[in-house]
Amino acid sequence: MPTAIEVQGLSKRYGSLTAVDHIDFSVAAGTVYAFLGPNGAGKTTTTEILEGLRKRSDGTVRVLGLDPWTEGYKLHLRVGVIPQDFRFFEKITPKEGIEYYGSLFGVKPDPASLLEQVDLSDKADSRFDTLSGGQKQKLGLALALTNNPEICFLDEPTTGLDPQARRSIWEVIRRLKREGRTVFLTTHYLEEAELLADQVGIIHHGRIIAAGTPEEIIQSHGRPERLVFQAPPALADYVRRTLGMAAESQDGRVIVPLVTNHDAVRVLATVDASGIPWDGFVTQQDTLEDVFVRLVGPMDDGALKTEVPT
Amino acid sequence: MRPTRVVADLKIVARSYLRNPVALFFSLIFPIILIALFGAIFSTAGTGAVPLAVENFDHNSPTSVAFLAALNNTSLVQITFVDYPASSFAADLGSNGYGAGLIIPAGFQSDYLNHTPVNLTLFANPTDAAVAGQAQGVVTGIANGFNLQAACGSASCAPVIQVPAPLNIGSQVYTYIDYLIPGLIGFSILTSPMFSMVDIASSYRKEGIFRALSLTPLTKSEWLVSRIIWYVALTFVTAGIMIGAGVGLFHAHVEITAGLIPFLVIGPFLFVSLGMLAGSVAKTPESAALIGNIITFPMMFLSGTFFAVSAFPSYLQPVAKVLPLYYVIDGMDQVMLFSNTARALFDVAVITVIAAVIFALAVRFFQWRDTQ
Repeated sequence: MPTAIEVQGLSKRYGSLTAVDHIDFSVAAGTVYAFLGPNGAGKTTTTEILEGLRKRSDGTVRVLGLDPWTEGYKLHLRVGVIPQDFRFFEKITPKEGIEYYGSLFGVKPDPASLLEQVDLSDKADSRFDTLSGGQKQKLGLALALTNNPEICFLDEPTTGLDPQARRSIWEVIRRLKREGRTVFLTTHYLEEAELLADQVGIIHHGRIIAAGTPEEIIQSHGRPERLVFQAPPALADYVRRTLGMAAESQDGRVIVPLVTNHDAVRVLATVDASGIPWDGFVTQQDTLEDVFVRLVGPMDDGALKTEVPT
Repeated sequence: MRPTRVVADLKIVARSYLRNPVALFFSLIFPIILIALFGAIFSTAGTGAVPLAVENFDHNSPTSVAFLAALNNTSLVQITFVDYPASSFAADLGSNGYGAGLIIPAGFQSDYLNHTPVNLTLFANPTDAAVAGQAQGVVTGIANGFNLQAACGSASCAPVIQVPAPLNIGSQVYTYIDYLIPGLIGFSILTSPMFSMVDIASSYRKEGIFRALSLTPLTKSEWLVSRIIWYVALTFVTAGIMIGAGVGLFHAHVEITAGLIPFLVIGPFLFVSLGMLAGSVAKTPESAALIGNIITFPMMFLSGTFFAVSAFPSYLQPVAKVLPLYYVIDGMDQVMLFSNTARALFDVAVITVIAAVIFALAVRFFQWRDTQ
């Protein structure tokens, strides 16, 4: 599969501050790449360097084989970007905005179909300043698609949106992938990355600390799968004594990590035989979010938002 | 520079503007308010007394003094004594802004007492019929009164003091409203683009609209040119409204010729670029507004907008002459009032050079994207 984005040894310094510190990654054409990280990790800086909005200090960056800073003009004909917190001319309607972008790019877009794609048809003739946050983002997305781009850069496209709006943007992202486009997505919502991304890169303090498919990242950085019982602490002692497994008790729950599939059967049989009363059980596996929190540390700045609709 | 992109951007500018009631008010209604306000405050039209410049060559003879006192008592003229050479009296009236003038000839008293017919010479501005008519009526009326008193004794006796039809005042007379029209057109050429471009330059940068545009093929020059075209169009409309209001409300006398076009084009070109430059060098919208005001306010008052620069104290006049708006307004004065083509061409040359330099600087300093 050809490479859409190739980054080698990329660094960005602002005076004495190193925002991005020698990172390497590549994105295969036709895939969705989710770029994750807490606020201030270097996520937006990296994205803007890829988009040609910011100059790098060091390293090589090729997007569709072009240098985004020196060949931005050529690159922008072939990529679509929704900047974070997209803003547009206040008195202009989505339909007029798409026609405007069409004229700038020298293409003849069909505003009705683009607005339909992003689920904004009913607001085609409403002025930008009357649109809700979600509708503004959707217009940003429609504008980013006006030039039929090969790569879409979506910088936190769903931040601050209601669940309904978020889901319709996910649908658009899935369709972009089906159409063979490459999507470079930055997001705060880890479940979003897990749902949509083929590859994930996690950046922290300017360095990529984990990369791969969501499963690979969970596999290599997550904890093992576990059985969780609603049961008194006595059960944990019993399992430890009987099976020699590392059972723990926590808030009225007993957690037993599993190493093999066979472990599950043994634990269940042992618990059943213990005679200690218990109230049902579940199996638990780390999500990308659990891994993220373990790698990056708990967020206290509200950067990590996990309330993703199911 | 791709015309299709400029046109596309121009549509956005026009729609944004036409859908903004505040912007519309400032471009369409505000000019009328300005003309009406300043016209009403400073125009003499409609006030009772007509300023009458009088030169008495009869050296304050009792009869001439009595005649002038009678004129003054009507309260229909306001007499100011002047001392111009007889040969250039008409021209001097014009250049000093008098709408009417009167010469009392030498020998007025002796002719009157001897019943020898004597002519008073009246001057009036032919373009201001109201003032001319009032001056002529008052002077003729008082002359008739004196003629009756002269008691020549016979009904067929010719009147002693004769008041022939007024002579035209040599050069044209300009009223305040005539000066005000080019001044206020200049005022709107300055303020309308300056205030809005300074604001746009900083707020579009802050809101990321420039970044979004930098991701399209639109270039900075195309973006700026479409704004310039818009403000040129707006200036034509505003100038039309101001001239219409000045002529309609205050009977202003201004020449409307093609010579006005360079000023209505290059003026907005200059100030759109200057506004963009001011907004671009500022770091925040607040400092942009401050820089914009520092540039705009001195020009607003010192370039001959509300008062002719020649009426300024001598120490202020050199200041006016370094302000680009001075040349815009002076040029329009030359075209609309004085028909002085040579000086108008000089003014066009000055503002063209300034506009080209400022445009180049604006394109250079205004950034779509962060350079860091």
